[in-house]
Amino acid sequence: MANMVISEMDLPRWIANIFAARNIITAKDALSLTEFELMEFLDVGLAEVASAVAHISEIVCPPYQTALSLMEQRVQNEHLAGHLPTRLKGLDEALCGGIPFGVLTELVGPAGIGKTQFCLKLSLLASLPVSYGGLDGRVIYIDVESKFSSRRMIEIGMKSFPEIFLMKGMAQEMGGRILVLHPTSLSEFTESLQQIKVSLLQHQVKLLVIDSMAALVSGEYEQGAPRQHALGWHVSFIKSLAEFSRIPIVVTNQVRSQSRDEACQYSFQVQSWDETKDDRMRYDSHLVAALGVHWAHAVTIRLVLESKSGQRFIKVAKSPISPPLVFPFNITSSGMSLLSDDGFELTGPDISTIHCQGHNDIINFVGESLQ
Amino acid sequence: MEVGRLPISASQRGKLISAGYTTLSSLSSVSPSDLARELNISDAEAAQILKVASHGSRLDGSEGGCAAINGAQTAWEMLHEEEMFPRITTSCMDLDNILGGGINCKEVTEIGGVPGIGKTQLGIQLAVNVQIPVDSGGLGGKAIYIDTEGSFMVERALQIAEACIEDMSESDGLLRKDFKACQLKMHPNNILENIFYFRVCSYTEQIALTNYLEKFISEHKDVKIVIVDSVTFHFRQDFDDMALRTRLLTGMALKLMKLAKAFSVAVVLLNQVTNKYTEGSFQLTLALGDSWSHSCTNRVILYWNGNERYAYIDKSPSLRSASAPYSVTSKDCSHVWDWDSDLEFIF
Repeated sequence: MANMVISEMDLPRWIANIFAARNIITAKDALSLTEFELMEFLDVGLAEVASAVAHISEIVCPPYQTALSLMEQRVQNEHLAGHLPTRLKGLDEALCGGIPFGVLTELVGPAGIGKTQFCLKLSLLASLPVSYGGLDGRVIYIDVESKFSSRRMIEIGMKSFPEIFLMKGMAQEMGGRILVLHPTSLSEFTESLQQIKVSLLQHQVKLLVIDSMAALVSGEYEQGAPRQHALGWHVSFIKSLAEFSRIPIVVTNQVRSQSRDEACQYSFQVQSWDETKDDRMRYDSHLVAALGVHWAHAVTIRLVLESKSGQRFIKVAKSPISPPLVFPFNITSSGMSLLSDDGFELTGPDISTIHCQGHNDIINFVGESLQ
Repeated sequence: MEVGRLPISASQRGKLISAGYTTLSSLSSVSPSDLARELNISDAEAAQILKVASHGSRLDGSEGGCAAINGAQTAWEMLHEEEMFPRITTSCMDLDNILGGGINCKEVTEIGGVPGIGKTQLGIQLAVNVQIPVDSGGLGGKAIYIDTEGSFMVERALQIAEACIEDMSESDGLLRKDFKACQLKMHPNNILENIFYFRVCSYTEQIALTNYLEKFISEHKDVKIVIVDSVTFHFRQDFDDMALRTRLLTGMALKLMKLAKAFSVAVVLLNQVTNKYTEGSFQLTLALGDSWSHSCTNRVILYWNGNERYAYIDKSPSLRSASAPYSVTSKDCSHVWDWDSDLEFIF
């Protein structure tokens, strides 16, 4: 929309010519200047500039919908009103049906906690036929760290849906619907994204998984400000991809330790800095999600996976549709499973903190599950 | 040079100056045909220049001795107007108290906070609360929700709408207004129907929409609130030219303020946070920079205080700095059910 050409907007001939002569071709060029600047630049009176800008704005402006028609559209046209069920009852209830379409869902947690396992199961679920609760479509899995294991995925499939996978040829068909990409650099990733956008609707892609987002930048920049801006374009692009195609996009994120430079207080709070908080930070392994606060704003749903006293938990840390619930879980041969479907509510900022205690348990799980 | 301040094109201005007309008073005594002859332009153009010039001199008061200046209002009139418009409640009593009753129409209020604190929740709550009928103390208006991040979830809007209707019928029952309540029983779908949703995907669209709002609101006169969620998102990336960004943001803020005043709507802008290095350490602050912080009339910051959510009035011409607790429940953003909790006053 922003790149619409002014000459095609039915402006009065004489002013359209002036815009073209001054090299203001697209709407973006015109709207990036204030009316006063345009007046000076084009040598045209203020009234004419104002009406030209109003005309351009009206054309470039996105159309509106009432919230009611938005809801009706989603309820009528989409699977389960726009949700991909994860088959984890407690989580699905908390998320009003499952992973929502059209927005970014983030999984963040320390290494080895189960993020990739969760993604594998989701990929499988999306490829299943609708009669079995799936989306009956293709899945694009962007595997940056080479963690995708097809053997493990088939195992999950066999254990969770034996009736489907034991049928002849089903495993091959399901496996055939999942396309795995291995970009080795940020620029390759960018290219793949652009290709994906073009082929999304054509190939009936119903889920996009990016595992993991943080790994794409970690090799290229130092910690801090540059990292945020490097992904700026990608964040917008992926979000708009999710929206226009109405598919769920799941992204995994890594953790890193919090540097002393990071802020967590506003200037008006500094006076009431609590001493006890400082002590608590020293005892806990203070981990935060990688990719910074700009990324944290951009994702719509954030699921934190952590381990505390040897038990793993999945927390709904940021979600506009759910209360802050915590569920204990396990990784079994059939993927992730919740130990309790009624999670407990955790009010306060602790819902976003990431604990990583009882680490030994995690490292050994791979050996157990493949036996 | 007075002629330099007129909103006319540069070449017209150049011609006026080279013909010797530098002040507005020099233009007041010349006829259109004489001017047209001297500047070598058409009669119509000359007439237009003179019209603009006389409008300009009236504003200046250079005619001397005008009783009222065009477009000004007395403070007394403004006070009356303020009292005429009820404020939009946030459904949280403590928060309404520190806001002086709620979000004010005719003003731009900025609300910012860390991710997950409840900005979108508050935005959706306001879009629903503006629709509370006049009989129940609300504005009975419609809402425009401008979504730049895709964080508007319809399911949540439905939940909040249902909770609002429940609350209204409860309070109507308490006040024994049942004769009216039976007739005007609202349905959550009615509430959703009155929220106009725009999805903006780039800063160009955001600016275009801000320009278009004037026309839209004059066609839909019952819109009483415009919520932008969030105003930051598209301005935070790929802007190499920071000066351009500041100019665009300021331009946008001015247009929104003009909109708020002209149509008596409340404008609520949701903002994100960023880190800033001041006084020897990093601190959290609202995004978009220091110049943006001057653009909005009121500024509210949502933050975590221990395990509770608090709202703090950071900037307001008429309210004192104060904090109030609020909570986000499965139904709506409601007040904390603790009558002993006192408001923290921070100076």
